[in-house]
Formats: sequence, structure tokens, C-alpha cells
Amino acid sequence: MIEWAAPTRRPFLRQPVALTALAWLALIALGAWLAPLLAPADPQAADPVRALLPPGPGGVLGADFLGRDVLARLLWGGRWTLEMGALAVAVAVGLGLPVGLAAGSLGGRTDAALMRLVDALLAFPGLLLAMAAVAVLGTGLVSVAAAVGLAAASPYARLTRSAAVEVRGQPYVEAARTVGCSAWRIALRYVLPNAAPSLIAFAATQLGWVLLNGAALNFLGLGAPPGTPEWGAMLAAGRGYLRDAPWASVFPGLALALTVLAANLVGDGLQEAMRPQ
Amino acid sequence: MQAVFVLWLAATLAFAAMQLTPGDPAQALLAASGATPREVAERRAKLGLDDPLSLQYARYLGDLARGDLGRSWLHSRPVSRMILEQLPSTFELALAGAAIGLGIGVGLGSLAAVRRSTWVDTVATTLAVLGLSTPTYWSGLLAILLFSLRLRWLPATGGGSLRHLVLPSLVLGFALSGSIARLVRARVVEVLGEPFVTAARARGLSSQRVLFVHVLRASLAPALTVAALQFGFLLGGAVVTESVFARRGLGTLAVEAILWQDLPVVRGVVVSGALAYVLVNLAADLVQAWLDPRLREELA
Repeated sequence: MIEWAAPTRRPFLRQPVALTALAWLALIALGAWLAPLLAPADPQAADPVRALLPPGPGGVLGADFLGRDVLARLLWGGRWTLEMGALAVAVAVGLGLPVGLAAGSLGGRTDAALMRLVDALLAFPGLLLAMAAVAVLGTGLVSVAAAVGLAAASPYARLTRSAAVEVRGQPYVEAARTVGCSAWRIALRYVLPNAAPSLIAFAATQLGWVLLNGAALNFLGLGAPPGTPEWGAMLAAGRGYLRDAPWASVFPGLALALTVLAANLVGDGLQEAMRPQ
Repeated sequence: MQAVFVLWLAATLAFAAMQLTPGDPAQALLAASGATPREVAERRAKLGLDDPLSLQYARYLGDLARGDLGRSWLHSRPVSRMILEQLPSTFELALAGAAIGLGIGVGLGSLAAVRRSTWVDTVATTLAVLGLSTPTYWSGLLAILLFSLRLRWLPATGGGSLRHLVLPSLVLGFALSGSIARLVRARVVEVLGEPFVTAARARGLSSQRVLFVHVLRASLAPALTVAALQFGFLLGGAVVTESVFARRGLGTLAVEAILWQDLPVVRGVVVSGALAYVLVNLAADLVQAWLDPRLREELA
């Protein structure tokens, strides 16, 4: 039972699964970016004649209960989803990184106080925290991103701190301190670059979480204004017509699940590529 | 002590957040009925919204300590009672989901670890990452589509009976199992390499006995702590799952409260969520101490 070899490190470029996942993310991003050119129809154009039209020659992925083209809405929805996801990760990193870096680099009382705060934030169940934040900030792209990003910030702070603490014990950091580098200079010049790989890998994994929960807020009706082409909202809107037009819900859900899966796989791949030997 | 601090901070943040919410709640409440400014002012006074902030805060903390979460602005009923009414339904879902998630997660995780680098491992880890990535609001719809609309085995929506619980708890459990399986797998792989496992094998114990008695036990204690941290995920998952299956519960209560800007209810749900989280983690620490002989001796 113990003859198994230790897990080996594999460069990211030699991991087919992670590369496929990255390609999928790129495809979704491209589709969202080129949505105005690619979409077969106006995502908002209702057409009673086409209502609940099944996938086929009339529309590759069919039409929803108002006769809006599902593929067009899916492409435009990718825009909303990815913008929200990127913004939310930026918020999480923007809040979590400085806090974790400060706590890990300065140590002592600052560390204890900051980490107490982070732990308390962690004690809020993530989605519930995001919901509470939406209650305060109101609905819309920016507040959903801010809410989800806020909920994702505390794990990021924790990870940054532990990475900083780890690097801080290294001899070259000791040396830098001995020659009189300030705590901030050490944090930015030595700790951050060394911690960066694991922080980037974690950000990719967090993208998955953020997309899942951002779309969840939209599914619950707390996100985009009604009628916006957004995957979670499309899923919720199609729910009432599940028996007659399952495609209106199934395809947005599939797109979302694949995108979240891709983000998770890219995160896993990055982690595997950086595993210490 | 840490638990009390966390609760206090959670309560304070919830209070601060609600203070920052734009808009006048009295105005919002009376807008539909076309109230005069005077009526709005009277309502503000009645709700205590004109008092100094420090007084409002002190009153809020005092009430909280007595288990009083205030009154719903929308229904003018005690928030604590509204929460208690919805608690059994959510608790039932969370408990069933946790049991299924732990069952699948521990099973898949240990299977993958023991049969590492074989097809079993590949299938199990793939299932785990699928569980991690599939939104419950999508897997829930697929489950309704298949088991309720096509096969007509189980009811699609509503609550109250065991049959109503099957699909929601399976969906929630599957989502939860992903992270648990990954964790258990990593931990079992680690434990399999420990000297005491070799020692047990050297004493001639069977593979099964080593796995079930020694390895799993050593793996489960830390896994439990992380599973308890996943309780937050479970709570969030329950909120969404309730919405998918149109079940009454804390989730639907919270969503309605946010849409209606019924802030005391939102605050109440958030604070009780934090309380539940703290209690679960406390319980997990105790169980871990009971599972881990070293910690048990320390406590005794």
C-alpha cells in the first residue's frame, strides 16, 4: 500500500485536460466578445410565432417562451457572466491580497487582528453573505460582482497570508531584513513574487466559485434586471416551461456548468504544474 | 471565546450593512398604500429609526442576546418566530443533503485513494469535479425533468413528505460530495504512506481491516473539520435548492425578504446562519477530539 510514488509535477502545457478547459474558456470569451457579430438574432427580440420553438432549422438551440433565440441570448449572456466573474475575482483579490499580505508580512498584533476579521467573514456562509451584500448594494452587474467578490475575499486573504508566512521564514528574506529592507519592500519585492503562482492558481479556482454564485444570485432573481440575457436568469425564466421547452433552461445551465468546470480544471492544472517536487 | 467574537462581529457587520442600505424603510413600506409624509414620519418614530445610531446599536445587541431578532417590517411578526417556522424544513434538507454528501464523498474519495492511478480513480475524481462544478439549480432542473416529468417517479416541487425530500437532498448531496471526495482522497493517500499503516500491515492485519479501522479513522478526523467548514456551502446550497424545488424554508424566506427590502428578516437569517455555522464547527471540533486519540488525551 505504500509503494505509490509521490504525486508528480506536470507542466501546464503538457496537461491535455487543463488545456482543453482553457480553450473552452477562451471560446466562451470569444463568443461573448463577438456576440454582436455571431448572434443569429437580437437577444431581446420577442417573436410570438417562434415561442417555445424547439432546436432545429429555425434556431440551433431553439427559442424561449417569448420566442427569443436561445443561442443569441446564450452568447450575449456569456458577456454578462464573464464580466461579472472577472470583476468579482478582481474584487476578491483587491480586498484579500493586501489584507493577507499585510497580516503575513507584518505579523504580531496586526496579523492577529486582521485574521480575526477574516475568520469572522469566513463564518458567513458565502452565498448568504453575497445575498446580504446584494440587499445593501441593490441589484445589477456591479453589485452582484462586488457582493460575490466580497464573499470570496476572505479565503483569498487566508491563502495570501499563509503564503507570505511561508516565504518570510526563508533565508533570503532573513537576509533582506538584515540589510535593512522595510517590511513593505520585502512584501512586495520578495514575498509577492514567490507567492504569486499559488495565488494565481487559486484565483482560477475562485473564478469557478464566483461564476457559480453570481449566476445563483441571478437565478434567485437578485441580479440582473428582468429580461437580461444572463445564464442564471435564463435558467430561472425557462423553469416555468420545463415540460414544453426544456432547451430554454438546459442549454444555459450546460454552458454555465461547463464554464465553471473549465475554471476548476484550469485551477487544478495550475496547481499541479506548481506542486513542489 | 473565538465563537462569541465571531458572532459579535457577524452581528455588528449585519447591523452596519443594514445601516448603509440606501432608502428609507418606512417610506418603502408605506409607498404602496400612498401614505402621507406624516404617516411615514410616524412610522419612522415607531420603528425607532430616528434614534441615535449608538442607541439603535445597543438596543439591537441587547435584543439579540435575548434571542429577539426584531420584527419583520413587512409582516410585523417577530423575525425569530418566522425563522423558527422555516427552520425544520431547511434543517431536514441540509441534514439529508449532508448525509448524502458525506456518504458519496467519503466513499468516492477513499475508493479513489485506494485504487490510485487506475480507472477507478479517474472515474471517482471526475465525478468529484463534476459535483463541484454543477450548479444545483441546473442539476435540480435536470432531475425534475427526468424523474418528475418524464418518469413521473417523484414530485417536482413542494415539501412536507419524504418523497418531496428525495430529489432536493440528492441534488444538494451531490454538489457537496465533490469537495469532500477531493479532500478525503488527498487525506487517505497521505495516511496510507504513514508508518503506522506499514506497522499494521506488518502485524498481519488484513487489507480491509487496515483500511476501515486504521486508515479511514485517521483520515476522517481532519476531513470532518473541513466538512464542517463546508457547512456554509451547504447552507447556501440549501437556499438555492429550496428555490429550485419551490420548497418553503429559510432560503425562500431570505430571498423574499431581500426582494421586499425587509431588512430585519435579512439580518435575522444572516445572523442565525452565522450562529448555525459556529455551532456546527464547535460540534465538529468535539467529534474530532473524540476520533483522534491524541486530542482526546489532551482534553481528559
